[in-house]
This record gives sequence, structure tokens and C-alpha cells, in this order.
Amino acid sequence: MKAFLLKYWRIISGPSKHYSLGFLTMGGFVMGIIFWGGFNTAMEFTNTEVFCTSCHENLYAELQDTVHFTNRSGVRAICSSCHVPHDWTDKIARKMQASKEVFAWVSGSISTPEKFEARRLHLAQNEWHRLKANDSLECRNCHQFDYMDFTAQSQRAVNRHSTALASGDRTCIDCHKGIAHRLPDMSGVDMAGLD
Amino acid sequence: MNAWKIFSLVAAAVLAGAAAFASDNIATLRDGAIAQEKDAPRFAKVENNDIKRKRAYPMQPPTIPHKIDGYQVDLNVNRCMACHSRRVTEATQAPMISVTHYMDRDGNFLADVSPRRYFCQQCHVTQTDARPLLANEFVDIDELLQGQ
Repeated sequence: MKAFLLKYWRIISGPSKHYSLGFLTMGGFVMGIIFWGGFNTAMEFTNTEVFCTSCHENLYAELQDTVHFTNRSGVRAICSSCHVPHDWTDKIARKMQASKEVFAWVSGSISTPEKFEARRLHLAQNEWHRLKANDSLECRNCHQFDYMDFTAQSQRAVNRHSTALASGDRTCIDCHKGIAHRLPDMSGVDMAGLD
Repeated sequence: MNAWKIFSLVAAAVLAGAAAFASDNIATLRDGAIAQEKDAPRFAKVENNDIKRKRAYPMQPPTIPHKIDGYQVDLNVNRCMACHSRRVTEATQAPMISVTHYMDRDGNFLADVSPRRYFCQQCHVTQTDARPLLANEFVDIDELLQGQ
């Protein structure tokens, strides 16, 4: 084993015998583009609606009733708009976390709608905690507070947005739970952003 | 046999009357030839001004002066109660659901909304700017008393 590794170390640490420096640098550059592009393309594919709904088709059906799917201006959110951070480092971190979810999928721990409903509050709370911790970053990627026109909002919305949200005491998810999904049993869960 | 005849006559008369009544109503509502498919009316806009409407009579369930699109009211959760339940009204400044909603049918008070009052929209509804199809002939009790 040691001899085997040593042999490869000699090949890698020694100078090239057959290939020119230009070939190796250019080859490395081209292969870098191909591998990096391939990696990123594959990762971006896991952000598409097609990929998500290949398993989560029941959630896709729920989303279709909501304002984040169909509305007057035709702007819509897909799963990854809210569930995956947009910045690259945060995105990689979230994708690494998601490997646990892949394990859950392989082991079939949520393989039926009944199992899903039973775990739904727990799963939802994971997302609420995540959004609470990052100050509803994924909401704010589109809904930027600085550009909100209070005069175009209803009085109720202005009352809450101009006070608790403006001061930073509350964040979007405190009040807007279940904005794109059906809610689980919420007994004991604060819905009005009081706690 | 005679009773049979009378019954048939009465039945025929009732049916003819009902048909005449129905066709009259359809004519006023339809406003077009019977064989012609009319354009669907525009969707009415839901009132969203948060201003209380007067109640037509004291027991009338108050109308909802705001949009309730997508509000989830089911076994899991009641979105209305996120603002209108007793516990949260100080923060939300929404009207608390009335005390009768905390009573069971024997008049005993409960800690939370009574199951028989759980589905808000059985009684409380939003209002729209739709043009009424028929004039409303309701007379307020005060006007009624003044008229006497």
C-alpha cells in the first residue's frame, strides 16, 4: 500500500516528461472550466422546480393556490426562491445540510403523505427557525423593506410594517407563516408575531 | 278517480306557476336571449378598507371589512383567530370575537372559541363592490317604528 502511494507521489511531484508546460496549463484551464461549469450546472439543476417536484408534488399542488404562484403581475416564486439561499457560500452550506434530507429520502422516513403530515410541524419549524435566524433573508431577496410603499398598503399592513417590522423587532416570518403552504396543527404556535 | 284528477290539476297549476315565476326571474337576471351565452360578469372587488359597516339589526353577524384571500380555516389552524382571538387583540387591535363565541350551547363558558363557532365564514362574510342584481327592500327597525 505504502509503495503504491509512493509511486504516485513520485509521478505527481516530478516534472512532466512528455507534455509541454503550455499544454498542461491550458489543459488545466480548459478542464477547470468544464468541471466547474459541470458542478455548478448540476447544482443549479437541484434548484429547479422540476427537480423539487419530482418528489414534493403534493407541496407543488398546495403552492398553486397561493399568491406566490399566481397573481396579478405574473411574478412568481419557485421552491428554491425561498428555500435555498441565493448567495453562493450560503447556498453551498444549505446544500451540504440537504445531504441529510437525501438520506431521509433514501431511508424512506417520509415516504407517504401520512408520514409527511405527522412530521409537518417539525419540518415547518425548521424553516421558520432558519428564516427567523437570517432575518427572513429569502423573503427580502424580493420584498425589500426600503422600497415598500406604505401608501399602497392596506391600513392593517401599514400598522404592522411601519412599527414592528421597521424597528427590527419582528421579521417577515413571524406573521407570514404558511404564506405558500398549508399549515400544520398550529395549536400552541404563535401566529401573530407576539412571542 | 276524481281525487286523482283534482290532484293532477293542482299539480299542473303549481308547476305552470313555478315555471312562469322562474322564467320571469331568469329574464331579469340574464338580460339576453336564452340560447345565447353571455359574457361572464367581471369579478367584484372585495372591500378592504377596515371600516366597520353598520349592522342592519342588532343580532347581525358583522361583515368582514378586509380581504381574506387564502385564509386557512380548518382542523389544523384558524387564520382569523391569529388576530381576533382574545389573547392577541391587544397587539393586533382587531375586534375580539364576541363573548357568545366562547360559550357552548348550554351557556357554559369555554377557554377558547367554541367548536360550533369555529368556522367564521358560516356567518361572517366579506363585502364586494358588485352591483346588486335586485333592489334591497329591507327596512331598518328604526324606520319601521317611525313609519307607524
